Amino acid sequence: MLLIRCPYCQTDRPELEFRYGGEAHVSRAQDPSSVPDAAWAEFLYMRTNPKGFHVERWRHTHGCGRFFNAVRHTVTDRFLATYRAGEPKPDLEALAREAAR
Amino acid sequence: MPEIARRPALPAPGEPFPGVAVTLAPLPAAARFVLRGDLAAVAAAGNAFGVALPSRINTASTLGARSALMLGPDEWLLVADDTSAPDATWALVRALESALGTVPHSLVDVSHRQTAIRVEGHEAALTLNAAVPLDLCEEAFPVGMATRTICEKAEIVLWRTGPRAFRVEVWRSFAPYVMDLLSAVSQENVPD
Repeated sequence: MLLIRCPYCQTDRPELEFRYGGEAHVSRAQDPSSVPDAAWAEFLYMRTNPKGFHVERWRHTHGCGRFFNAVRHTVTDRFLATYRAGEPKPDLEALAREAAR
Repeated sequence: MPEIARRPALPAPGEPFPGVAVTLAPLPAAARFVLRGDLAAVAAAGNAFGVALPSRINTASTLGARSALMLGPDEWLLVADDTSAPDATWALVRALESALGTVPHSLVDVSHRQTAIRVEGHEAALTLNAAVPLDLCEEAFPVGMATRTICEKAEIVLWRTGPRAFRVEVWRSFAPYVMDLLSAVSQENVPD
């Protein structure tokens, strides 16, 4: 079982307590009606789907109930970092270099 | 109009289920509230409730029959075990609401939403660990720690009240499931 560190509880908790919430840092336009159709479709449907490190939302559903962001490797399932919602996206290359060491 | 009768979710309190090295006991009805709010709401609610609300997440503070459990960054579960008198719960609601006044908050009475089971005995942690995926050794889950987690398929609030004692708060429709599950496990846990 994966252990995921909840940035609010500050402890490693079993993955059964969590729910996946899709890609992180996808922001909705302030005024959707002024967004061109192509850009709106991009926002609605297009995701990065990388093979490698992915920044995604998770929710500690059966715990503190909070959404947070995590950096996970999509092949190995390794979590490099978790951080609170609203905090800036970390530098993925620096994180990966740190992890490779 | 059919008569509405309240059906208990678990057997009557005071009839503990004797396991091999653990005792499972349904606890009497209690008043419970979920409070959400900021620091101002916490201070006001603590004064009215009679026990200061904990400020560290996943911990509980207890004074007499009143306990406050911090389950999330802005969420507390208040449990009052001294509200068996008629209208005692309602009096507590009024006390909390008048103390909170205009402070932005959310206070929800969940007294009848959930019920509690006491799990006590030498193998209490081992019994719970059959269904709870958390590390329940005392270093990782010390006395006074309380958190929402899962018990097989049911969501519970697990609270360690003593080195070998836990209180499980469970939604009443899941209570028979959790009780039967823990009973079955407690029969299998034969200590060396």
